[in-house]
Amino acid sequence: MAKGILVFAEQRDGKIKKVTYELLSAGKKIASQLGEEVSAVLVGKGVSSLAGILGEYGADKVYVIENDALENYTIDAYTNVVADLVKQNEPTAFLLGCSITGRDLAAQVAQRLGTGLLTDCINVAVENGQIVFTRPIYAGKAVITATIPEARPVMATIRPNVLPVDEPQAGKSAEVINVPANVGSIRITVKDVIRQVSARPELTEADVIVSGGRGMKGPENYKLLEDLADVLGAAVGASRAAVDAGWVPLSMQVGQTGKTVSPNLYIAAGISGAIQHLAGMSSSKVIVAVNKDTEANIFKSSDYGVVGDLFEVLPVLTQEIKKLKA
Amino acid sequence: MKIVALVKQTFDSEAKVVLGGGKISRQGISLIMNPYDEYAVEEALKLKEKHGGEVTVVTVGPDEATEAVRQALAMGADQSILVNPGTEDIDEYTTATILAKAVSGLEYDLIIGGFRAIDDGSAQVAGRVAEILNLPVVNMVTKLEVDGGKAVATSDIEGGSAVMEVPLPVVITAQKGLNEPRYPSMKGIMQAKKKPLKKIGLGDLGLDASQVAAKVKVLNYSLPPARAAGKIIPGEPAEAAAALAKALREEAKII
Repeated sequence: MAKGILVFAEQRDGKIKKVTYELLSAGKKIASQLGEEVSAVLVGKGVSSLAGILGEYGADKVYVIENDALENYTIDAYTNVVADLVKQNEPTAFLLGCSITGRDLAAQVAQRLGTGLLTDCINVAVENGQIVFTRPIYAGKAVITATIPEARPVMATIRPNVLPVDEPQAGKSAEVINVPANVGSIRITVKDVIRQVSARPELTEADVIVSGGRGMKGPENYKLLEDLADVLGAAVGASRAAVDAGWVPLSMQVGQTGKTVSPNLYIAAGISGAIQHLAGMSSSKVIVAVNKDTEANIFKSSDYGVVGDLFEVLPVLTQEIKKLKA
Repeated sequence: MKIVALVKQTFDSEAKVVLGGGKISRQGISLIMNPYDEYAVEEALKLKEKHGGEVTVVTVGPDEATEAVRQALAMGADQSILVNPGTEDIDEYTTATILAKAVSGLEYDLIIGGFRAIDDGSAQVAGRVAEILNLPVVNMVTKLEVDGGKAVATSDIEGGSAVMEVPLPVVITAQKGLNEPRYPSMKGIMQAKKKPLKKIGLGDLGLDASQVAAKVKVLNYSLPPARAAGKIIPGEPAEAAAALAKALREEAKII
């Protein structure tokens, strides 16, 4: 008998990713409407101390799967242990964050369980007893609502930074259940890991993003964005034009062929606002555009626009925000 | 080396999406090969050029998806299979089940596809195919070397990239940056017309509709509400910048 909402508690280097709290809040909301409980599955090495915080954020139960071989994410080992857990517990729904890891894992688990999977959802609700998901398609040019009527569990990945996080309840604890890890064979050997060393938040999780496009005119001018990002605690992004010109790496690209982001504030400097770019950032809460072209498409999607030369606007904006924050 | 490239036909990325009859209208839309699948086909061709062998392109779609397959053949692929599922009511489970069945009848050392398609963007079909065929999968690959019965792939991971080594056969999904797909030459386009293009249905693969029935049910299609244009802050650049900072603080209350 299928029961409960299970959430994948994504952690890296012993720190829970914010999307996990978003999933727990969403999971709690739908679980209460269905009269069920919400649990989390936490996978890794030496991660059991993180179970407490998952309880505070709403998990009734936390399944902890620990093993040396699970220290770093591998698609084989994580699929094996997570799919086993889901099979044993038969939840109604299994939700993951639509991060690189969540998306990678979700497809394998869904197929192993023979169920459906809705990727990159931006909303979840209960209608007529069914869990209904909303997701953009065609790079945000259309939106669908969809459900998985029969197959169980219902599976979905949820876009980070979109759903709200409920206030954690200090002292609320979850029942912790240690689950033996049957890691299975790992066919892929990780030879090397190259971490991008940055003091900045990741694009997909950042509350504020400052992004530059063709109007930046060259890589040396990204310093202007870096300065603004420093005062805002922001991540720095780029449009495809800037990436294709070789000014900044692909990992900074926001848009249809880059990252999809939903910060509270997105500042687009020297970005014309091609549909491919809008696809990646139009779910931002507040959008600011700085562009010297009055006709730039980006102004049609912006909450605030400044028509002017970004080389004059950005330094003043940085200084003014610094003053306000002082 | 035998390589299978999985491709999908999608709307042109510039296409304007409109609704018709409660669904996404296909009328007047120009169709292209999914750009991520172009990276996959290109990589397959480069491996063939280096190691010899053949490239087979497999797609699931309506008959008009022939165009996407022809493009891959014109780029240099050797042969192709188009499976028409006979219904539009398909999901990733359907497509992966069909692809896996079609591929299982072929010889392969490597299966490669785009990591996602630009239409539904779900990024799960290739992974599902790997799972069905009990093969390892490396997603979002930006660099690939294949030699001595193994693949070494550089792949995007959370917060960076990783170099992974995996024995063949393996499923690889292509991320932007893997290569620059070639344009078909005139000679290639002419030759493509003579290359094998096998069009088959579910029955030819020994499948029936119930085995591939979609798990996902779409309830409603809609267009997103247009974002209302906001205000242009007037003034000289410095003046406007100061006013903007103030508006973000006091009006939007966001900084």
